[in-house]
Amino acid sequence: MIQCKTSKAIGGMGHSLKRKEDVRFIQGAGHYVDDIKLDGMLYMDIVRSPYAYAKIKNIDISEAMKVPGVAAVVTGKDLEKYNLHWMPTLMSDTQMVLPTDTVMYQAQEVAAVIATSRYAARDGREAVKVEYEPMKPIMDPYKSMDPSSPVLRTDKPGKSDNHIWHWEVGDKAKTDEVFKKAEVVVEQHMHIPRIHVASIETCGCVADYDKINNHLTMYMTTQAPHAIRTVIALVAGHVGLTEEKIRVVSPDIGGGFGGKVPVYPGYVIAIAVSFLTGKPVKWIEDRSENLQADSFARDYHITVEMAGTKAGKIQATRFKVLADHGYTDASANPSKFHTGLFSIGTGSYDYDTAFMEADAVYTNKPPGGVAYRCSFRVTEAVQAIERITDLFALKVGKDPAQLRMENFIKKEDFPWKSPTGWTYDSGDYHAGLKKAMEAIGYDSLRKEQAEKRAKGELMGIGISTFTEIVGAGPSKDFDILGIKMFDSAEIRVHPTGKAIARFGTKSQGQGHETTYAQIIAEELGIPAENIHVEEGDTDTAPYGLGTYASRSTPTAGAAAAVAARKLRDKARKIAAYLLEVSEEDLEWEPGKFSVKGAPEKAKTIQEIVFAAYTNHPQGMEAGFEATHYYDPPNLTFPSGAYICVVDIDKETGQIKVRRFVAIDDCGHIINPMIVQGQVHGGLTQGIAPAMYEELIYDEDGNILNGTFMDYLVPTAVESPHWETGHVVTPSPHHPIGAKGVGESPTVGAPPAIANAIMDALSPYGIHHIDIPITPFKVWKALKEKGVI
Amino acid sequence: MKINVTVNGTAHEVEVEARTLLVHMIREILNLTGTHIGCDTSSCGACTILLNGKSVKSCTVLAVQANGKSITTIEGLATAEGLHPLQEGFKENHGLHCGFCTPGMILRASELLANNPNPTEEQIRWGISGNLCRCTGYNNIVKSIQYAAAKMRGDALPSTEPVFV
Ligand code: FES
Ligand code: FES
Repeated sequence: MIQCKTSKAIGGMGHSLKRKEDVRFIQGAGHYVDDIKLDGMLYMDIVRSPYAYAKIKNIDISEAMKVPGVAAVVTGKDLEKYNLHWMPTLMSDTQMVLPTDTVMYQAQEVAAVIATSRYAARDGREAVKVEYEPMKPIMDPYKSMDPSSPVLRTDKPGKSDNHIWHWEVGDKAKTDEVFKKAEVVVEQHMHIPRIHVASIETCGCVADYDKINNHLTMYMTTQAPHAIRTVIALVAGHVGLTEEKIRVVSPDIGGGFGGKVPVYPGYVIAIAVSFLTGKPVKWIEDRSENLQADSFARDYHITVEMAGTKAGKIQATRFKVLADHGYTDASANPSKFHTGLFSIGTGSYDYDTAFMEADAVYTNKPPGGVAYRCSFRVTEAVQAIERITDLFALKVGKDPAQLRMENFIKKEDFPWKSPTGWTYDSGDYHAGLKKAMEAIGYDSLRKEQAEKRAKGELMGIGISTFTEIVGAGPSKDFDILGIKMFDSAEIRVHPTGKAIARFGTKSQGQGHETTYAQIIAEELGIPAENIHVEEGDTDTAPYGLGTYASRSTPTAGAAAAVAARKLRDKARKIAAYLLEVSEEDLEWEPGKFSVKGAPEKAKTIQEIVFAAYTNHPQGMEAGFEATHYYDPPNLTFPSGAYICVVDIDKETGQIKVRRFVAIDDCGHIINPMIVQGQVHGGLTQGIAPAMYEELIYDEDGNILNGTFMDYLVPTAVESPHWETGHVVTPSPHHPIGAKGVGESPTVGAPPAIANAIMDALSPYGIHHIDIPITPFKVWKALKEKGVI
Repeated sequence: MKINVTVNGTAHEVEVEARTLLVHMIREILNLTGTHIGCDTSSCGACTILLNGKSVKSCTVLAVQANGKSITTIEGLATAEGLHPLQEGFKENHGLHCGFCTPGMILRASELLANNPNPTEEQIRWGISGNLCRCTGYNNIVKSIQYAAAKMRGDALPSTEPVFV
């Protein structure tokens, strides 16, 4: 049971308040970017490359210009005149906006057609004739590393190979030493496939440049409006578009999951065209364009090893990664962290030795490396550690739950220093796994499994006990393009005691309008329903780095609490003045200050706020407003214990997830209903890569499943009935003890499912299949072993 | 060419091209933007509306095919008495996150319940399997539809509190 300090009427933390934002969404009154219609608005469509790697010989726009309604066709050569044909990526790599001579991946933007209607723009797109000279693309990152391979990024002066960066962490010599002496070593190679966030709303924008006032309003699907404003100013400052002339508005967003952090060429072209024509320009990509050209996630090739004793004590881990970034490194990582927070991969286990290294390469795939519902590469890391832990358990002959229990970091050992340098804030891993095992009936499932195995039936039980790392981040280490990763809240309480609060983050469905109001309600006792939350407009919201990587609660949520506490301090002063006592004589309960020992002498927060505007003490600043920019002292480390049960049809390889129990520890819970909703959604985005989703390319660079017809987003039928629960170990350094939850389930679910499937197949000597584990792969493995 | 349609109870004469998709007519000519577009392959259901009471993906119907027919979009569900039971169900049971799939989900569910007032969880899951939601994981969509079904049958309403193990 979650304890609440406030009444239901106030609706502070712990209440399952119904969401405020839903009122508009259920009535079709959400306001998404494609709903914007401005006077004289032009529509943009994009010509894309059919080839993965080709020289552009010629672009003939003459027929397109004859199409009724077509106003212009923009090519790279046009943008080159304004030096707008290249842009930086968030990882300080470079990316073409439109090419002048070469295309580097299939579906790359080649030209933009501007017309008076959506249909005319599409007609114009069909009429643009591009002559290509195709070249042989490099699709395999290992081949790309081969010194004999041609250099792809010839645009970079002096570049003599396809290597992007090398990264390492940990003690190599010590790790090698432990591995050399270890009684048991297990090793597994795995590929975490390229996938796509596939939010149901694609990306798009309306760029609205006002020539007379030299002012740009950019409505766009962005998770980080302030950062985007700064990026636009950096890219377009030289044509006179400086930061005070730019307003970025992020309206309602139909799902983000990391895919709406990067800047895509379409946005930049729309701005350029609006700038040149003085008219608003709308660009909305199709689903297929979204899947084929927008930033992908994952695509890590990992070799992971674990060393330990015969008795099952983990002693060390070693990770080697090859990261395929496609044409450019367009990750949205903090700039010092090339592999994001992959170094969390040492897991939830108590050992002190690890070494990790990673290399990144260019290939002829679309660019990216977005943190898809994941704090920058944590998903890849957790898949590796949780799979290898199971393989280690198998090798030493221990039940995987037992082995985990014996190796967990103990709750009294927090804060705990990891072998790769993180300080885990808090956790109780034993309690989480125990609760999950009880909820699912682990022991009786193992008995049932033994009986089924005796009959030759395939049933598997899989566990994942992961540690997450979210809430980037402490500004000493974390920045994006140099901007520190703090976040902000501004609270203005009106004279009648109702408030508006604004944030530097941006909800894409997480329910900020409700949860932020609850945090402020908790601190000030003003009912959550009287607190209006606003985000996404850079003209009004305080500067912040946006919403991704489960950072909203750890950063902006903290900022809300601290800003509210500043107001509570002011309220105490005003109450003392009104009640004619000293501040020390007052005590606080949610919603009022009263005099110690004389509870009838009290002032409600509403009375106090009114006085702040009508009767404040002389010498005190009038009004009741506060702003805070919160810079977290550490990251937060949510954790989870997930157990999955699968049944597999031996003849067809068909896999059925029979049950899935997820116990999460995200610290103090703001709204249990919303946390549960986040977990449900994240779990479905976890089963997706585990069993269904992967972007597949052939060797000529063609994407083979770039539409929703063949990219298998789970429906309600594939998605199991999720069972969820929690344990609570508050974050000791976070003002409200919260840790963030959004990405935990996406990170934690895939290994639980993979481990369950492998557990079912392990009696036949099948110990690893790369995700997505499809019926075909299972059937093939069983066939190869002669089982069927 | 001109077509006649009744949308949410109001008659309209609309000028469309022969190739205009119904979803574009609804969104861009009639300005009813509650109907969304999530794909280009008839796969996601974000564009679902009712055409003569039957749920259809309006991205897969030409506007001219709707000539003489009646259309219900999400904007037409609530009445003077208040929200439709499905709208209430989704709100009370946290059946949405970003809300982008919600109008289509609700309209699809309305036909499902019209045909089967007391569906099992399995029937609901298959019944909405032409509609994708990337956010909710579907548990609470199922719960929302069960709630609406109970309300429409006049049965006692199920609890909307989240259940934890
Ligand atoms: S828009 Fe996806 S089915 Fe109509
Ligand atoms: S609520 Fe976002 S797609 Fe369903």
